[in-house]
Amino acid sequence: MTAAPPTRSAAARLLPMIAGRIASSLLTLFLVSVVIFVASSLLPGDAAQELLGQSATPAQIAALRHEMGLDQPGPVRFVHWLGALLHGDPGVSFVANMPVSDIIANRLPNSLLLAAITALISIVLALTIGIASAINRGGRIDSALNIATLSLVAIPEFLIATLAVLAFSVKLLWLPSISLVTPETGWAETLRALALPVLSLTCVVVAQMARMTRAAVADQLDRPYVEMARLKGVPFGRIVLFHVMPNAIGPVINAMALSLSYLMGGALVVETIFNYPGLASLMVNAVTSRDMPLLQSCAMIFCATYLALMLVADIVAILANPRLRA
Amino acid sequence: MTARGILSRRELLGAGVAGVGLMALGGCGPSPQRRPAAASSGAGAIRVASMAASTKDTLDPAKGAMATDYVRHYMLYSGLTSIDDDSLRPRPALAESFDSDDRITWHFRLRRGVRFHDGAPLTSADVVHSLRRHNDPAVASKIAAIAAQFAEVRADGRYGVTIRLTGANADLPTLLAQAQFLIVKAGQDHPDGTGTGAYRLAQFEPGVRTLVVRNREYWIPGRPHLEQVELIAIPDETSRVNALLSGDVHAIHAINPHSLPRIEASGTCEAVVTPSSLYTNLIMRQDHLPTSSPDFVQAVKHMLDRPLINRALFRNTAMLGNDQPVAPVMPYFNRELPQTVLDLDRARWHVRRGGLNGLRLPLYCSPAATGSVDMASILQEYGSQVGLEFAVNRVPADGYWSTHWMRHAMTFGNNNPRPTADLVFSLFFQSNAEWNESGWKNERFDRLLTEARGEADEVRRGELYGEMQRLVHDRCGIAIPVFISLCDGYDKRLKGIKPIPLGGFMGYRFAEFARWED
Repeated sequence: MTAAPPTRSAAARLLPMIAGRIASSLLTLFLVSVVIFVASSLLPGDAAQELLGQSATPAQIAALRHEMGLDQPGPVRFVHWLGALLHGDPGVSFVANMPVSDIIANRLPNSLLLAAITALISIVLALTIGIASAINRGGRIDSALNIATLSLVAIPEFLIATLAVLAFSVKLLWLPSISLVTPETGWAETLRALALPVLSLTCVVVAQMARMTRAAVADQLDRPYVEMARLKGVPFGRIVLFHVMPNAIGPVINAMALSLSYLMGGALVVETIFNYPGLASLMVNAVTSRDMPLLQSCAMIFCATYLALMLVADIVAILANPRLRA
Repeated sequence: MTARGILSRRELLGAGVAGVGLMALGGCGPSPQRRPAAASSGAGAIRVASMAASTKDTLDPAKGAMATDYVRHYMLYSGLTSIDDDSLRPRPALAESFDSDDRITWHFRLRRGVRFHDGAPLTSADVVHSLRRHNDPAVASKIAAIAAQFAEVRADGRYGVTIRLTGANADLPTLLAQAQFLIVKAGQDHPDGTGTGAYRLAQFEPGVRTLVVRNREYWIPGRPHLEQVELIAIPDETSRVNALLSGDVHAIHAINPHSLPRIEASGTCEAVVTPSSLYTNLIMRQDHLPTSSPDFVQAVKHMLDRPLINRALFRNTAMLGNDQPVAPVMPYFNRELPQTVLDLDRARWHVRRGGLNGLRLPLYCSPAATGSVDMASILQEYGSQVGLEFAVNRVPADGYWSTHWMRHAMTFGNNNPRPTADLVFSLFFQSNAEWNESGWKNERFDRLLTEARGEADEVRRGELYGEMQRLVHDRCGIAIPVFISLCDGYDKRLKGIKPIPLGGFMGYRFAEFARWED
């Protein structure tokens, strides 16, 4: 297993695949933006009406529509937006009257931080749980871990989050019940603020990854090569880490990529409960205020993240598995 | 091991659920230790959570649309007049006096020596700019419709302003106390928070937070009492209440009445219930059949179980409504009007007389209009007892106002507290008003409305508004079951809070009055 991989052939295999995937990703992004544009045009009301609210006069609505360019036909607006985006300008938010890039620059680091910390903790945890229960298959540890992970999958995150708030914030007063992160807050304070959101999200994603790891590792442990390695006297820990894991990593990485992309856009419930200023709540905001440029940018980020993670998962799976690499 | 695994998990869950239950029952004692006010700074720095924040948040008073905006604007800016207590009478603020002979031309004399946060003195130029900009469509003022009655706003020397109206309006000083009419600096097309208010802006991030610090040169000596106020929004009600109970915030806006027991049981926080003229009303369009039938309208008004709505939806915090929009807390409330009560026999009689028996009618409700979904269910239940069959259509909040409100024979509306009877009548009941919700037309009502607006004699004005309330109560296709009270929660160490019926958070102005006492 320690033999040097035939780098040239791997690169030769990988590069066209990456190029193809990037091309299809761009096409996907384009189609997603079309779907979002069409879907949000079908919603009742437009940004001018939503912004001015109930008390708007027709003259005000007309003036604002003109200012926002909403008086132009839909396809024209879409082409303008797409053209600007291709030049690197995601436009100006209708509602906040600020460049979309500024708004997202405020929120994106928050989402990334939350996702990164959760990912770090949950990947380590999931691998440990998955491997531990796979090698103890049928044993007590396996049953206990199975029950724990299955229960976690079954409990919705808002329940976990609410119970955690009641226990740790309201009763024990250990941790803040809302996560206020500002650039000035120090690391210790930020970590404290993130503790409960990370806990809730970890519960959601760890279970799925752990189940997948267990299944993949257990599958490999039944293979003849494992038996052979054991007969040859290879230490069990070494078998699991260096022989089984590279073969099992494909589906595991895939499950991880799915979970991580969920962390970017699907953290809405957790963002709502902890009032965390992330991207998911920004996107919901953009939908309710019909803020097309902001909505499109959020959607593009989520979609691109998802596609990128999937691509990375495939590449890692290929690189980790000698048979796929050859 | 496995069994114990389940057990411990169940125990854990059980403990959590029991904890919730106990708290709901008020069985838990108060937590002994409390967090100090805002961890970062000394005493008098508080954090306040409102209900909604979005990228729409603004520093421009003219664009203010939500409680979070009003609170922010009242901290940063001051108005010509202000409403400081539950009498709802306007008092001089930046204007040290105001008068008018005919209630058409008004003279305001400005207080001297008032400075903006950047040191510039307040002059008539600032006031003229602040008032005139509402009539510019590009500003997109929320109260352009009210400001349309300004025929002319001009400076009268350095410290005088004259406003000439298109018609007499005795309520002008009250209107000018509204958040949108707060005074900004001359020349600022996009106000940046530089006002004459009790607090200076330190940080503003739309949708996230507003941080203000005490203005030591505030024109009212001795105010404000707090060093720093951080205004955030927590849209989720449960999270908002939890944040108050855990001491992460010190005041919260818009509590569901069903959360009040949790707050009262905490021992460290208290709820302040503000009676208001906020109402959710049932609209029966007068240009549709059969809702235009007077018998139908009377039947519906007599089959509303108002005490039940008050008890079940609002835990008895609301005030019973009498199908007219002037709440008991407002000036000119007509006490002589008999209260309409649940009377199914009378409702049945109206249904029979109108030939409406067995009628099936869709009823549109939405979470957008507070409580309307439950009200619709209650109405459906009583309807079946008098021979009317209501089909309850629950529609999403998003887009409700533009697609459903007033567009079907029966929908629900939701109207915020307005500072004057004139305003609520002219917005929602005048024949030609854009939101004449029921589409009723009553010439006498319209005549009385114009007459009352310019009437100087308070007693006569009271009579006119009294008669208008009677007309709406008797004839209009609007049913107002209850006036909804506004519930806020405060840390008990925050003192000086009293209800002002214009809105929660002391009519959005609590930051000016609140004190911190450990």
